[in-house]
Amino acid sequence: MELNKISDNIWEIPKHGAMKVPARFYASFKLLEAARGDKSLEQAKNVAGLEGIVRMAYVMPDAHQGYGFPIGGVAAFDAETGLISPGGVGYDINCGVRLLRTEFRVQDVQSRLRELLTEIFKEVPAGVGKGGVTKLSLAVLKDILVRGAEWAVENGYGTQDDLLATEEGGRMAEAEAGPVSKRALERGIPQLGTLGAGNHFLEIQKVDKIFDRNVARAFGLDEVGRIAVMIHCGSRGLGHQVASDYIEIMEDKIGTAGLPDRELIHAPLRSALGQQYYKAMCAAVNYAFANRQMIAHWVRDVFKKVLGSSPGMRQVYDVCHNVAKVEEHAVGGASRRLCVHRKGATRSFGPGRPEIPAAYRPFGQPVIIPGSMGTASYVLVGTAEAEELSFSSTAHGAGRLMSRNEALRRFRGEQVRDDLARRGIELKSTSWRGVAEEASGAYKDVEDVVRVSHEVGLGRLVARLVPMGVMKG
Amino acid sequence: MVYNFFMGQNPRYVFLDHTADAKFRARGDTFEEALANAALAVASLIWNGTQAGGAESRTISIQGRDHERLVVRTLEEIVFLFETEGFLLAGVDDVRLGRVEDGWRLQAVFRGERLSDTHSLRGGVKAITYNELKIERNGGVTIQVVVDV
Repeated sequence: MELNKISDNIWEIPKHGAMKVPARFYASFKLLEAARGDKSLEQAKNVAGLEGIVRMAYVMPDAHQGYGFPIGGVAAFDAETGLISPGGVGYDINCGVRLLRTEFRVQDVQSRLRELLTEIFKEVPAGVGKGGVTKLSLAVLKDILVRGAEWAVENGYGTQDDLLATEEGGRMAEAEAGPVSKRALERGIPQLGTLGAGNHFLEIQKVDKIFDRNVARAFGLDEVGRIAVMIHCGSRGLGHQVASDYIEIMEDKIGTAGLPDRELIHAPLRSALGQQYYKAMCAAVNYAFANRQMIAHWVRDVFKKVLGSSPGMRQVYDVCHNVAKVEEHAVGGASRRLCVHRKGATRSFGPGRPEIPAAYRPFGQPVIIPGSMGTASYVLVGTAEAEELSFSSTAHGAGRLMSRNEALRRFRGEQVRDDLARRGIELKSTSWRGVAEEASGAYKDVEDVVRVSHEVGLGRLVARLVPMGVMKG
Repeated sequence: MVYNFFMGQNPRYVFLDHTADAKFRARGDTFEEALANAALAVASLIWNGTQAGGAESRTISIQGRDHERLVVRTLEEIVFLFETEGFLLAGVDDVRLGRVEDGWRLQAVFRGERLSDTHSLRGGVKAITYNELKIERNGGVTIQVVVDV
């Protein structure tokens, strides 16, 4: 495949064949080589061939092969005349990351770490087949789908301040429960307030490096040694079912003729079907917001119980990294309303955007990039130039390098735990196999991913957090 | 190829490398048999009891406009029954394929167990995808599926 080097960290597939626009990949040479090992660039080329795609198809530094759209893909379409694609959002709708900062320092938690993790493990259901602690009625579930984290806060899980520090205020207003199928609802009932399995995790972390003191202060992360808690999970079976349902319905009503991949299926956003999917997707987004809201509340409870109090356990932010949103962006000098698909990409709005909390508006939004298990995670800040570069988007994690099969061949869960223990990191998991599959060696180097983001200007480095305690599903 | 389940010389299913997800090829002499083996492949992602007997059963009835749709919906049913009822699939019996007005109907009996504290689970399944989904007929039938895990 023809690939032009634009600069050290920018590569472009020129428009050719069925492509409507070029495709651009932000990556170091090393990350580029890793992505060339799978189908991510071919998938980006396919996305660039979708009708009405605006400007370019973008691929973030942590990209890897997805289904239809690559993971780490960003694509925008006109909000009035353009399309929406369930495959451009992904199966785990509003998979995302929430970060809580605390007033605690390393020495406050070090000796209580095992106890904290054990208690969190008791409070937050995790792993495969673990149901939630609350038995929901269908009526309550539908209310949650419409109101998201607002529902959770009204029911005693967290505070109004948490909502302010969540994308969309913890609720996408267009959500409706009607377009969510009975099957999706049935999968959602037992799983609210659960972490899930796979790459989802909860970590007790410490700030170990600050890159931008000014912004770090605004985000509440201004001191090395400060303790924080990171929660990474999504909309569970409910969101997965919404994606599956609408991929099938769109196939039936629109057909896949001419598509290079069945999972590029899409509908006009303003069509009845496009709106149904969008409203159902928003409902799944809200479910995930409520889910992370409840988990964060239980984590605060545990800190309070184990350490006696939990002062200043404020939410830094909560980001979605699998979502489609209608946003205003400058295109060719004019402002346009676009439906921006981010699949494995984090929004990175720069200073002044009305969507971000007032306290952060002078700086840009917090971008939370979780590392792989046992490696560093990063907080970045969105930039003004990201609008032009990637419709205000950057990476969402380390990005897988190795298949789960290969990870199982190379790593053993117990050995991963022992390696972490030698580095002073406590690990609790429901599955050794899961630990082996998620071993950090199976992922790309998150340092390289965030460096590219910083150097290109997709999102700039603010702070690095390293794990002290890891809980995996 | 770590968790194959071999039957004689012919593997019922084989997992292939895929960066993020689980990809497998299941074989059978007929579409019905290949689909039953594909079901075992999906069940093997959830737990390791696909050789167990299974005291419980669920009769499933799936409709779809083509065989690909039947594959995805049948395999989704495993995930659905697991998430909503804690049903762990151990085997598939009595697979029957027939035509209906606008496509196909597949009926089968899922044999399995109810999740309890004694079961050890391997992982979750998010979705059965259409990505790289293939049904190949070459003497027998091979079904290739990518599972989002």
